[in-house]
Amino acid sequence: MADGSSRAERPLSPHLQIYRPLFTMMMSIVHRVTGVGLYFGMVLFVWWLLAAASNTPTAFNTFSGIAGSFIGLVVLLGFTWALLHHALGGLRHFMWDFIRGFEPRERELLAKATLAGSIGLTLVLWVIGIALKG
Amino acid sequence: MSTGHAPNPMRTPLGRVRGLGSARSGTEHFFLQRLTGFANFLLMIAFVVIVIRLAGASYAETRAVLGHPLVAVIILLTLLSVTVHMRLGMQVVIEDYVHTEGLKVLLIVLNTFFTISIALAGAFAVLKISLAG
Repeated sequence: MADGSSRAERPLSPHLQIYRPLFTMMMSIVHRVTGVGLYFGMVLFVWWLLAAASNTPTAFNTFSGIAGSFIGLVVLLGFTWALLHHALGGLRHFMWDFIRGFEPRERELLAKATLAGSIGLTLVLWVIGIALKG
Repeated sequence: MSTGHAPNPMRTPLGRVRGLGSARSGTEHFFLQRLTGFANFLLMIAFVVIVIRLAGASYAETRAVLGHPLVAVIILLTLLSVTVHMRLGMQVVIEDYVHTEGLKVLLIVLNTFFTISIALAGAFAVLKISLAG
């Protein structure tokens, strides 16, 4: 086995705790976090479907009331952003699967485009939704 | 008594190790995650249109739209593709962070139960609305 002096000369393997936070790294983490958020958020979608499927409007009106409340709208806004961010992050992964977009500038640009795109598209969809529904 | 690991001169080294990594699987997971990811992207576009159409809609109106055959099929496809994607994604998260073997297996089992429940509950609701009307 190596002794202490030769061990000190070896480069350390990059590790999350000692890594300076990078933008691309944060976006990778956000991709996973939004995925986990959407995983549990799917309960809301199924709740909506089951409420609509019940024979009387009671359960559906309860859902509508909660979804239309301030907290409900904040959660739905967050769900919209998480969905779009995860979808755009997925497109980035498709590019990487075809061995494209790995250069430092490209990675940085793709990460920025994912964040800007998800926020921009979220606003566009909500503006359309509010415009259509008044 | 023979086991799966017993040396067998008739099998190549690759044949012996195939499917015996820590995950017991290889490219299927990767490929299925990409396939469902691509399907999710396409289905999401239709899903967003349906949701905006139904934002703030009444009970009767929601049931009328969800009961439309095209909408019902799109939602059923979405539930299938999304829950397969959810199960694979959460499995990777569990495998990355949970290193206690028993807890890891328990969480992977619960992951399967949860995602299948989401898929079947959602599908049941859509079919009930569609077939009742």
